[in-house]
Amino acid sequence: MNTRANTPGKYQAGVKDYRDTYWEPAYEPKDTDILACFKITPQPGVPREEVAAAVAAESSTGTWTTVWTDLLTDLDHYKGRAYRIEDVPNDDESYYAFVAYPIDLFEEGSVVNVLTSLVGNVFGFKALRSLRLEDIRFPLHYVMTCGGPPHGISVERDILNKYGRPFLGCTIKPKLGLSGKNYGRAVYECLRGGLDFTKDDENINSQPFMRWRQRYDNVAEAVHQAEAETGERKGHYLNVTAGTVEEMYKRAEYAKSLDMRIIMHDFFTAGFTANTSLANWCRDNGMLLHVHRAMHAVVDRHPKHGIHFRVLTKCLRLSGGDHLHSGTVVGKLEGDREATLGWVDLMRESFIPENRARGIFFDQDFGTMPGMMPVASGGIHVWHMPALVSIFGDDACLQFGGGTLGHPWGNAAGAAANRVAVEACVQARNQGVEVEKNGREVLANAAKHSPELAVAMETWKEITFEFDTVDKLDVAS
Amino acid sequence: MTEFEIQDYRSLIGDPASRKHETYSYLPEMDANQIRKQIQAMLDKGWDVAIEHVEPERSHKTYWYMWKLPLFGEWNLDPIMTELNACRNAHPGHHVKVIGYDGKRQTQGLAMVVYRASHAS
Repeated sequence: MNTRANTPGKYQAGVKDYRDTYWEPAYEPKDTDILACFKITPQPGVPREEVAAAVAAESSTGTWTTVWTDLLTDLDHYKGRAYRIEDVPNDDESYYAFVAYPIDLFEEGSVVNVLTSLVGNVFGFKALRSLRLEDIRFPLHYVMTCGGPPHGISVERDILNKYGRPFLGCTIKPKLGLSGKNYGRAVYECLRGGLDFTKDDENINSQPFMRWRQRYDNVAEAVHQAEAETGERKGHYLNVTAGTVEEMYKRAEYAKSLDMRIIMHDFFTAGFTANTSLANWCRDNGMLLHVHRAMHAVVDRHPKHGIHFRVLTKCLRLSGGDHLHSGTVVGKLEGDREATLGWVDLMRESFIPENRARGIFFDQDFGTMPGMMPVASGGIHVWHMPALVSIFGDDACLQFGGGTLGHPWGNAAGAAANRVAVEACVQARNQGVEVEKNGREVLANAAKHSPELAVAMETWKEITFEFDTVDKLDVAS
Repeated sequence: MTEFEIQDYRSLIGDPASRKHETYSYLPEMDANQIRKQIQAMLDKGWDVAIEHVEPERSHKTYWYMWKLPLFGEWNLDPIMTELNACRNAHPGHHVKVIGYDGKRQTQGLAMVVYRASHAS
């Protein structure tokens, strides 16, 4: 048998078409391959296969010209391969290219390394007008090399002793400018009123108006006091985001010394390396990690360029986080509901099958890696509760900022209104009521026993028309 | 709008009635019919039902007293309600909680306090 049959033979300098090496339509992806789906918008006139092959090459082993050192390795073993091209429905200029990468190309346990290849230089490639990474399939072999969420949904429920309903949170406002003591007051009022969590806003780090240590001290007192008063377990996401990882560790250690249960940071502005390190610290120290996603919309919002949020979700689950913001669905278009449910599945489930209707391009197996709690936050109030409970189910954290703090009677009453509303929706659902259809009735019944809820419903009823045309929020009619 | 004049939020460290017990504790206590529906929902999901109770002052602890053992494989409501009443009668001054164990996910699918000692007759 001629073992040299597939080797390239003599070195020939020069530029070859990418497709000669990197387009393999007959390739059958291996179970161990990392798979990617790119949405390609090429410059006019370049053949599809050539661009797809170029993307595979530039995101793996290739460069623009042949180099003699190519012959020192087994390129067939290491190269990425474009193996399929598909039309994008209702789009004449773009198409999907599927690329398979051998697992050996990537360092174990490093989504940083995976992203550096897959969304590196290739995104600036001249033959492309734009490029979007739509989805990645991480083989279970690779998943097992990653730490994943520090604790996950089930352990978080055990830590907080809350079962059978969504968690409730609130971001303290105004975002900037409160003193530590005034800030702690706002936290205390929310928690004694019935919320499970309050949250630092993402851009609260350690500014001159409120240094981190004063915030932590006051928040810790507020949390402990609310726990003693209500008999329930509470948390406040203390933001440890800082200019260096060393400083983040310092703040995290101090939060732990105050017997806090949860900290938070921003994974995208801080970076995946910082996130993975902090997730490891949280696992080692029994602290939950809430992950904010500032900057995500810069890369995931444009439909033809960047990285889809479902990819960031998968990467973050591998890197580690117990909570991740997911969007709220309500107030947006119907299509967003399916897409959101897609990445919510990616946060929570063990196995997520391919489902194009939800934007899932590959089967994804996370094995026994814990799930993350999706966090729905932004512009929501009690009238949204029936829809939120229907969309997200129990394993989610619903965060009402203005929808708590804006209550006419203050934070505690606002918190109580939200707590009554969520419990009423869950109770009704368990008793067989379709809460999304019958939301108005469910809330009205609950408000009979809760003047706080009655006032909240009265306060925000004027703006329910905003939801009239979208989704199934019958309470808006 | 007089009914909506600002009200004080009534919650005091010195008042045991201010203590809550997680899921459903911000709603009125359920009647027997509502409790049955909630337990039926647990059974419909294939969860095993368990009963726990505790002295009110210890209610914030992780471990309450188990009433006997979880009612594994009991898919009928009536025997479960009988056990619930037996527990309540044996410990009239205690909070009583019903739990649905989701063995597949190794967690409690729902835990709800169904009798609150401070409200018990």
